[in-house]
Amino acid sequence: MTTFEAAAAAAARRGMTPRLRDWKAPIFLGAVAILAVILLIVFGRSGTSTFSFASRRTDVFSLPNLSIPVQELGLVAAATAVAMAAGSTLYVRARRKVPTWYIAVFSVVLLVAFLAWASAGHTIPLTGLLAGALALSVPLIFGAMGGVISERAGVINVAIEGQLLSGAFVSAVVASATRSAIAGLLAAMIAGVLVSFVLAAFAIKYFVDQVIVGIVLNGLVLGLTNFLYQTSLSQDAGTLNSPTQLPTIAIPGLSAVPVIGPVLFNQTIIVYLMYIAVAAVSFGLFFTRWGLRLRSVGEHPQAADTVGINVNGTRFWNVSLAGAVAGLGGAYFTLGSVGAFTEDVTSGAGYIALAAVIFGGWSPLRATLAALLFGFANELQSVLGIIGSPVPSDLLLMLPYLVTIVAVAGLVGQSRGPAASGKPYFKS
Amino acid sequence: MKLELRGITKRFGRLVANDHIDLVVNPGEIHCLLGENGAGKSTLMNQLYGLLQPDEGDILVDDTLQRFSGPGDAMRAGIGMVHQHFMLVPVFTVAENLMLGHEHTRFGGRLNLPAARDRVRAIAERFGFDIDPDAIVEHLPVGVQQRVEIIKALSREAKILVFDEPTAVLTPQETDELMEIMRQLKAEGAAIVFITHKLREVREVADRITVMRLGKVVGEASPQASNADLASMMVGRSVELTVSKEPSQPGPASLAVDGLTVVDHTGQAVVRNVSFDVRAGEILAVAGVQGNGQTELTEALFGLQRDTTGSITLNGLELRGQSVQHILDAGAGFVPEDRQEDGLVPEFSIAENLILDRSTHEPFAKAGSLQLSYLREFADQTIREFDIRAQGAATPVGRLSGGNQQKVVVARELSRQLKLFVAAQPTRGVDVGSIEFIHKRIVEARDSGIPVIVVSTELDEVIALADRIAVMYRGEIVGIVPGDTPRDVLGIMMAGELPADAEVAA
Repeated sequence: MTTFEAAAAAAARRGMTPRLRDWKAPIFLGAVAILAVILLIVFGRSGTSTFSFASRRTDVFSLPNLSIPVQELGLVAAATAVAMAAGSTLYVRARRKVPTWYIAVFSVVLLVAFLAWASAGHTIPLTGLLAGALALSVPLIFGAMGGVISERAGVINVAIEGQLLSGAFVSAVVASATRSAIAGLLAAMIAGVLVSFVLAAFAIKYFVDQVIVGIVLNGLVLGLTNFLYQTSLSQDAGTLNSPTQLPTIAIPGLSAVPVIGPVLFNQTIIVYLMYIAVAAVSFGLFFTRWGLRLRSVGEHPQAADTVGINVNGTRFWNVSLAGAVAGLGGAYFTLGSVGAFTEDVTSGAGYIALAAVIFGGWSPLRATLAALLFGFANELQSVLGIIGSPVPSDLLLMLPYLVTIVAVAGLVGQSRGPAASGKPYFKS
Repeated sequence: MKLELRGITKRFGRLVANDHIDLVVNPGEIHCLLGENGAGKSTLMNQLYGLLQPDEGDILVDDTLQRFSGPGDAMRAGIGMVHQHFMLVPVFTVAENLMLGHEHTRFGGRLNLPAARDRVRAIAERFGFDIDPDAIVEHLPVGVQQRVEIIKALSREAKILVFDEPTAVLTPQETDELMEIMRQLKAEGAAIVFITHKLREVREVADRITVMRLGKVVGEASPQASNADLASMMVGRSVELTVSKEPSQPGPASLAVDGLTVVDHTGQAVVRNVSFDVRAGEILAVAGVQGNGQTELTEALFGLQRDTTGSITLNGLELRGQSVQHILDAGAGFVPEDRQEDGLVPEFSIAENLILDRSTHEPFAKAGSLQLSYLREFADQTIREFDIRAQGAATPVGRLSGGNQQKVVVARELSRQLKLFVAAQPTRGVDVGSIEFIHKRIVEARDSGIPVIVVSTELDEVIALADRIAVMYRGEIVGIVPGDTPRDVLGIMMAGELPADAEVAA
């Protein structure tokens, strides 16, 4: 079928029948509820868990610590989970979709109960947990924005990992050599763009399979940075790999709000740039000429061509832009969080960002939320490791990836990306 | 505006797609470009629209020489095109599609959607359309999408409008409405090029007719010319437009479909509780606009749909839930609607394609190895019998013309001992000569005493072949009527209604 006929057929189908019953959500919720019962009741723990809201800085006013009796909370939460899983069948019986807020409430209840269970007898530093989660999410979010831009324009961007890594490497070297973190930031963007140029040239000009080019690029950048790291950076770390760190800027007023303030508004410029990037992509994609044209070449390039839009040019420059955005995310490793370049410093963050793009349904906001979720899972694992939770740390290390698989495969199911993503455009 | 093409020539390698084409279209005139698939009509229009550049020749608009390096140039020169496959972004709204490529923005770079909405409404009003500017295009019926395409062309002040096979996806009623719109545009002074291969439509609206064949203009015809004359100009020899067949001698019901429901991968029921019988020795034609469940129905008959309920029995044998292999072995033959995608392996030779569905059986294979000499003999004989024009049995099928490719598919199925024959869109994209031949073979299959199902979106084909006609709409059979049911009744049924006075054939 041609795309047109497929669209026509899809249109004919829509509004044709009510949705058939989809039991996926209740089955998923039910399985999780059973796990919750096993964990929280069968392996229930006693004692109290303390959630602390303090931060290192002095807040305008501070919230008192919250002490929770673990066993009671576990009982209540497990019961709620079972009830909600049962309740979700009502939606399906009524041939309705289980609403997102329902799943969100379900998840939050269990998350709190799990936190309390895992930290029984200890204190969970909630502010620190959230701050750490955001720190781990920053490169993921930049990477996801790069992915959204590129894929919405019709080019699958598997090279996010390579863009992040090249950004991290180049920003470390440039910031060390020039003693300017800002120069490092700019260099990171250029590095990301250069990786994008290769991706765009092979994908758009030479019609090479985009996924393969992306994977090859990731391998190439990894090999190249490892080589340069061993031959140069590690030999002369003082001049080449001790980048000037970006200063922390506290936003007056906002940074004093408890919990939220220190987490969101006492950050380096990269994090503020990230807020701007997410807002700009969300707005730009749907409300500006740039976004309309970008989406048109990703959805129906021929239609764009017939109204005088240069399809391959639009794709090329937007893939480059995507590289610049992802490159910034790479700079965060060396200028913001880790402090210096190490081999494979990104360690797969680009692939997680790619998962966030798909999990977020190619929407900038939802991809950001997905990236935050992955960042949170990762941070949770390390915090629980530190306070000594009863779950083995190896198992906890799996957590972010488990969340990724469940999120992408189980919850999202078949999501619909840009129609022409991954397809090179040939002029007829 | 007046459009003139002078000596347009376009070559693709050794193939001359357009050979010195001259064409003049005056304002206030509907000029039909008539020709078979592959005659070079679309190539010509793509050059006019800047999608292709001519190797030789000139394009003149109002006697001014034009050079189009892209569609943007053509649009600026006042040329608009209503494409056969709509050039609309399915997930955009009507207003967004309208503004794409020449967007106006407001403060802060925001798209000026209110202005685009007003523009949609203003043009729609002129033609009495009712279109919501905020509707998502893919949710609109095909006929409405086409109107969006027309509005899009008009919003750029197009004075020369090209309609490329616009009726292929429309119901007869929608086609009539489109003709009315074309007449209105003509009255407003637009110059209209109407590309088609359907003779009836040409005679209805054309002021002048230019006939193309094999990349050349073969002459002009008057709208008063008879169908037979136009067809012979198109094909280059006289053709039989009607299928000659004896009245059917139906035997007992042989294929019985009862309460068949097909659910697609998105969870939508695309065929809903469909029941019908086909008797041995009759042709049941399934009519309907593309995308109303016909594809899924035929695929379900052959075990190609995963999620089906109901029953399908052939001579008392249950086929539903069986493997494709089992169904083929039960004697069912299938011509799928998309021969390139589902019917053939283009890189394989004609001989290999002819035995695709029985390559593991004797006499083509013995002890696990193909019997190549037998295969060659069989292929040569079948190629002769089915008049497949090719250099030899070893020619890759992908190099054949559409008509000859389709003959390979038909030959593969009909050269078996069949107990059921199902042909989906058997003549889509096939030249008139091959259509004649394929239709004849379908009728012969019927006369051999097996049940035959023909699925077609072309009403002419349905009427030519059918003993009974089932019309599908949104996954359901609206009704089953006799083969001689008038077109207008079928047209109404294709829009989902069963007229009270329609005669129902059980």
